[in-house]
Amino acid sequence: MRFTPHTEEDRREMLRQIGASSVEELFSDLPQSVRLDRSLKLPEGLSESEVARLLSDLAARDLDMGQYVSFLGAGAYDRYIPSAVGELLRRSEFYTAYTPYQPEISQGTLQAIFEFQSLIAALTGLDIAQASLYDGATAVAEAAMLAWGQTGRERIVVARSVDPQYRAVLRTYAHGRGLEVLELPLRDGRAGAEDIAGAAEGAACVIVQHPNFFGLLEDVDSLVKATHEKGALYIAVADPISLAVLRPPGAYGADVAVGEGQGLGIAASFGGPYLGFMAVRQEYLRRLPGRIVGETADKDGKRGYVLTFQTREQHIRREKATSNICTNQGLMALAATIYTTLLGPDGLRQAAALSVEGAHRLGDGIGKVQGAELAFSGPYAAEVALRSRASVGDVQGAMLKAGMLGPLDLERFYPELPGHMLLSVTEKRTSEEIGKLLDVLQGVEA
Amino acid sequence: MKTIFEEHEAGRGTAYLPSRKVDLGAYLPAGEIREELPLPELSEVQAVRHFTGLSRRNYGVDNGFYPLGSCTMKYNPKINEDTARLAGFAQVHPYQPEATVQGALQLMWELQRDLGEITGMDAVSLQPAAGAHGELTGILIVRGYHESRGDAKRTQVIVPDSAHGTNPATAAMAGFEVVHVPSDERGGVDVEALRQLASEKTAALMLTNPNTLGVFDERIAEIAEIIHAAGGLLYYDGANLNAVLGHSRPGDMGFDIVHLNLHKTFSTPHGGGGPGAGPVGVKAHLKDFLPMPIVTMENGQFHLSYAAPHSIGQMRSFYGNFGVLVRAYTYIRALGGAGLREVADDAVLNANYVLSLIKDHFELPFDRIPKHEFVVAPPEDLVRQKGVKTLDIAKRLLDYDFHPPTVYFPLIVHEAMMIEPTETETKETLKAFADTLCQIVDEGRENPDYVKTAPHNTVVGRLDEARAVKQPRLLERLGG
Ligand SMILES: Cc1ncc(COP(=O)(O)O)c(C=O)c1O
Repeated sequence: MRFTPHTEEDRREMLRQIGASSVEELFSDLPQSVRLDRSLKLPEGLSESEVARLLSDLAARDLDMGQYVSFLGAGAYDRYIPSAVGELLRRSEFYTAYTPYQPEISQGTLQAIFEFQSLIAALTGLDIAQASLYDGATAVAEAAMLAWGQTGRERIVVARSVDPQYRAVLRTYAHGRGLEVLELPLRDGRAGAEDIAGAAEGAACVIVQHPNFFGLLEDVDSLVKATHEKGALYIAVADPISLAVLRPPGAYGADVAVGEGQGLGIAASFGGPYLGFMAVRQEYLRRLPGRIVGETADKDGKRGYVLTFQTREQHIRREKATSNICTNQGLMALAATIYTTLLGPDGLRQAAALSVEGAHRLGDGIGKVQGAELAFSGPYAAEVALRSRASVGDVQGAMLKAGMLGPLDLERFYPELPGHMLLSVTEKRTSEEIGKLLDVLQGVEA
Repeated sequence: MKTIFEEHEAGRGTAYLPSRKVDLGAYLPAGEIREELPLPELSEVQAVRHFTGLSRRNYGVDNGFYPLGSCTMKYNPKINEDTARLAGFAQVHPYQPEATVQGALQLMWELQRDLGEITGMDAVSLQPAAGAHGELTGILIVRGYHESRGDAKRTQVIVPDSAHGTNPATAAMAGFEVVHVPSDERGGVDVEALRQLASEKTAALMLTNPNTLGVFDERIAEIAEIIHAAGGLLYYDGANLNAVLGHSRPGDMGFDIVHLNLHKTFSTPHGGGGPGAGPVGVKAHLKDFLPMPIVTMENGQFHLSYAAPHSIGQMRSFYGNFGVLVRAYTYIRALGGAGLREVADDAVLNANYVLSLIKDHFELPFDRIPKHEFVVAPPEDLVRQKGVKTLDIAKRLLDYDFHPPTVYFPLIVHEAMMIEPTETETKETLKAFADTLCQIVDEGRENPDYVKTAPHNTVVGRLDEARAVKQPRLLERLGG
């Protein structure tokens, strides 16, 4: 296939206009020593029908969550996405546009980001939100950098109950800035406020996920209190769907809320593209990374939106910028905006509530399975961590045989949790599916 | 247009989920349950019209010519949109067992291999989410490499004064001091100045080639030698790779590390500000520093390998912006090696063609054969005597339904306009754009105020950016 429209005649005329005898001549300033003197070793180009076939054959080698019932979660969810989301995302005025550098012809993107910021602020209960970050993990890392910039302190404290991938990315970023990362140990699957006093001495922030990686509710009030006593910022990691039913970070005293927005109408897509979000208290506005959209007016007083507070950003501040982020996850923020608008407060609450209900149906059932038990005590939301006599591999195998995907092997990330696994429930899982999963668990354990 | 908050009316919402009543109090402690949830409610029709309305207030490549320099706004093939949405790609969970995702892993493995061939690099990570994220990955690799050799004194990263802002910002994020090297009178790196700056403190030089002026740095071999002789590494910002696809590879130019912008060179849509993808390639001696995981193949089976002893760690969740990778893979398979080389041919031909049509009407800071893009400035008399600036010309272009070029970048050119036509445009479009630019210069001379108050035909006029900062309104809440 080619998407270059020129005929040979076009090329000749253009070269004549340029005053060059050949296209090669336009490359004459490339020194011989750096030229590629052979063709690229790539498969031959294909027609569209051939490419379509090639790709659908490849895709057919994967099992997908349409054919298989997924109990996998842990940061990426199989949620119901209304048809209108996909339809609207294919409006190519949106997806073929660049970052809105020319506001007069980008009001669509700009207003959508403004609405996204508004929705994220409403969900998190905080004062301002920015336009998006790469994903939940980098949002956590960027939040830590914000706290470092704000406090000048070089220690970052993170609860071990935070998504292990987020912690891994945090360590990568922290190493760049030369910051120390300290983990709060697991106490029955949670962070303990009693551990903060020691760890958070001289710390820039304490990072806690709630509900945490295992789906457990953290004791946020005492964690926030202990954090603030040390003069550190409290960074809440939150799942946006859970925020429809749980007290939001702004209400329990968090300074920054970050998270993964994939659950808001974005396909699981083997791990990306997803959506990082960040909301903060007003006083941290000028420390936010990335784009921010604000409302203003033209000379006739007509309302319009622009990228604003840009003196934080790399194109202006260069090495002093709050972050190097440029291209972010604009279209994914649009997906989240459309999804949240369609579902509305009732729909979002229902997605969260059905997930919690399903998880408890599963959790209660596991309590009755011989050989399996819940890994931790205390309240949980929509993930179920369990420990079992049967190996994780056996459970995975049995589920796959029964047409189901899951669970996640927790030992992979937590060597201290051998034989532990994580199952997740979304609003898509029916009681029949949960019942069938319990039967499968009963079967492997027997 | 109204916002979704202004369109809100309680009770209008559509039910997408089973309406079964759930007693949350049975599962969650009462004090943890949220009472208010101040989100707007719209009917589906309202919502669809709202977002369709917003889309009509937007301008994408599908609407018209988009010569936004440095951004490579080429056509985004529609087949890519279909392949990325195949259930076997879009409906796959990242924690599925490897045996159930062999198609996705094969695609990634082949893409790693093909991007390695295209760039002349030995190993590739697909993890970075965008160009700047690739830069951070690359500069953390630089850091890891020097650390692994116990070479702690390399604290500086050299960046040309023509560099994109993400370069210095990245170097700072990776903990380096930024040192600027000036450009010479031909628009390339000032090699003598570089010689002075390169030292045992040099960790790396970050370079874009062709650079942000659209010119190929002919002295690249010498530059590479200076940096390598000083013990530093050479980093390639791949934003401009479109110009040299199949002609010259960063690996052959002497670069050790490269990032690509799949959302530029490899036709994946920019999405109004992402998602992109910024894969990073390295030479063999840096392979072990790549972020984890990498896709490997053994006996025809594909695996996610976490076995890299010196890895800088993980740069983000999971494996990359996979949906974007599918689009880029589709594009590479459609074009093949010859097609990719033709892309560079026509991208360069188109830039030279537009330049030839406008060069008598504009200032040319560097009179060289440009590659895929070039930088000009409005004629002196227009700026000085009539007060018509680059910004005014850009705004006037909106009235003619063209997206303006990149403006005021690179910083080293006063009143810069950076024009990148890309390869997918017809001769007629290019000619119409060039004619319009020249016409605007004439308009500016005859009726400067009209140009200075442009645009006149857009849904809003020039917006007051100062007011957005002075009276910030960064969100809306239900009820105003
Ligand atoms: C030269 C150059 N380098 C780096 C970048 C950053 O890439 P991204 O926006 O994908 O992070 C860009 C694009 O904005 C660029 O033009």
